[in-house]
Amino acid sequence: MYSYTDFDAKFLAERNAQFRQQVERRIDGSLTEDEFKPLRLMNGLYLQLHAYMLRVAIPYGTLNGGQMRALAEIADKWDKGYGHFTTRQNIQYNWPELRDVPDMLDALAEVNLHAIQTSGNTIRNVTADHFAGAAADEVADPRPIAELIRQWSTDHPEFQFLPRKFKVAVSGSQHDRAVIKAHDIGLRIVERDGVQGFEVIVGGGLGRTPMIGKVLYDFVAAEDLLPTLEAIVSVYNLLGRRDNKYKARIKITVHENGIEDIRARVDARYKLIRPQFTGVDQQMLARIEADFALPAFKTQSLAAYESAYTNDPVFRSWADTNLADHRAPGYAIVSISLKAHGATPGDATSEQMREMAALAEEFGHNELRISHEQNVILPHVHRADLPALHARLKSAGLATANIGLISDIIACPGMDYCALATARSIPIAQEIATRFDALKLEHDVGPLKIKISGCINACGHHHVGHIGILGLDRAGVENYQITLGGDGTEDATIGERAGPGFSADDIVPAIERLVYAYLDLRQDAGETFLQTYRRLGLAPFKAALYPEAKADAA
Amino acid sequence: MPKAFKPSVITANALLEGDVVYMGADEWVRDLSDAEVITDEAVADLRMIETSAQSDLVVGVYLAEVDMTQGAPAPTHFREAFRAKGPSNYAHGKQESL
Ligand code: HEM
Ligand code: SF4
Repeated sequence: MYSYTDFDAKFLAERNAQFRQQVERRIDGSLTEDEFKPLRLMNGLYLQLHAYMLRVAIPYGTLNGGQMRALAEIADKWDKGYGHFTTRQNIQYNWPELRDVPDMLDALAEVNLHAIQTSGNTIRNVTADHFAGAAADEVADPRPIAELIRQWSTDHPEFQFLPRKFKVAVSGSQHDRAVIKAHDIGLRIVERDGVQGFEVIVGGGLGRTPMIGKVLYDFVAAEDLLPTLEAIVSVYNLLGRRDNKYKARIKITVHENGIEDIRARVDARYKLIRPQFTGVDQQMLARIEADFALPAFKTQSLAAYESAYTNDPVFRSWADTNLADHRAPGYAIVSISLKAHGATPGDATSEQMREMAALAEEFGHNELRISHEQNVILPHVHRADLPALHARLKSAGLATANIGLISDIIACPGMDYCALATARSIPIAQEIATRFDALKLEHDVGPLKIKISGCINACGHHHVGHIGILGLDRAGVENYQITLGGDGTEDATIGERAGPGFSADDIVPAIERLVYAYLDLRQDAGETFLQTYRRLGLAPFKAALYPEAKADAA
Repeated sequence: MPKAFKPSVITANALLEGDVVYMGADEWVRDLSDAEVITDEAVADLRMIETSAQSDLVVGVYLAEVDMTQGAPAPTHFREAFRAKGPSNYAHGKQESL
């Protein structure tokens, strides 16, 4: 885990003191809202539908127990006893009061957390594979480089007023769990002739004009990465469309200029700035890497695990869905589902946060991760500890065995909280999960990703959902449009629109028809929804969604 | 022909708590039923100028249409319905005090 230097701590303290004064001046009337708004946004404070919202960055999704406990305490003291984990590895508090926010930021700073650059046209929280440092298929841990990028980008004078927000994601594995192709810059650690370097992907993004990123370089040596990133962002800073907010993201810049033109410009810029990078960044990286050393893994008999797996069907079902392969023998990666059937996706109560903190300390080498799928990960758990861990999760309401299944839905806050929303997301997710739980179908259906956004901004990643749902406002009534076949992995694909949208009452039955159609159409139980969709295309699913249209045509 | 002015209330978010407020007879109120319903466009324009100036109390002042067929102001758009009531996943916000 990265340990803050005195410099980092001092920086945060000064920044918070500055914001405290700004809040005071807003309250006593010496700052107008127009003057104050950019200042509060610089500190992650939004004004939403019913209250303020404070967005706290969880760098590359990594936390320790103490930090998780601090998040819980903040939720109890200044919010309503819960927090919302988002697709950007942030936690959002939905109910803070303006005058309390400086205290919240101070409490965060005590555990080296902050809300800087969680808003605004800057480089946002750098996200990473939530299995980082643990995954069996990993080339290298992506977090040291993510931390280096964070240090380079935080308060970088050239990049505080970019044309638009800028998002970087890093993966160290072949299998992409960080949606790197839907980011402004996606980085993948690759190996060539035994040397590690980076594949650099640019111009991906969701939102109004969803695009899959393009490979800018297939191999950049580690020591050249930071100057390469600086060159890319600098070219974008110059070239990005500032005339039109909707065309300002780098995906549009890449689209309008072409990847070759962008590459030529980045090459030129790179040549110019490369000499400024004298290797200090590599010294910093070495120090950061040392902070991310693997924990001392233990060796222990697997008997307890094997016996629970054989004798306890509830444990087995959970183990089958919520565990992933670890690089160390005897270990597993545990995904804790924040998607209990009928619950709000991504929400954890402060009690649950405290329990997860305790579990990480007792069983997980004091490490936790937040996934972009709005779940919490214990990256290093010895299998011998899993039965005890599972029992504890169960009593905390955290043992739902549904990772990757139909009820493991990503949903943005939608109209229940978000000022930009055009419809609600959360109740739709709740109804789908409850419905399929009642049907007892979800384990039969197998891997299926449903993702829901409450507006075109696509915070709920609906474009890359196998089934994507987009909430819209149709003449003052909530309406939901379905996209199919999206995929956020290394085979990233933007889903296709299935046809006209459905009312709030009709959307769950429509999803049910889709799923039954899949069960009919699949070759065997081993063919996933996405595979079936790719084999057959939209037509049979469209027929299931719009049976009356088929009848009319007949 | 100009569009007829529909009955409306003035709404905003409170500066300190951020919660939804409405302009009542002479002060900001929390409950939509206590809001002053404006039926005249000229009055609405005037009230907007007055209330927008109260930036030490509120943020983001705007006019929201209401339906008066039940006698009390009711939201005409679902967004205003959620603002009046609070989120649907928890009994938080306005509904806490109901
Ligand atoms: C205060 C609440 C929020 C606001 C105001 C907001 C605003 C926006 C806007 C304006 C965009 C479109 C950006 C563009 O394409 O130019 C966007 C995209 C996005 N937001 Fe949010 N959002 C909010 C909450 C969230 C939450 C809760 C999440 C995570 C669940 C999230 C994650 C994302 C992601 C992943 C995108 C994808 C689009 C992309 O960057 O390519 N946002 N958001
Ligand atoms: S997708 Fe739209 S509704 Fe959902 S959080 Fe993002 S901006 Fe808000």
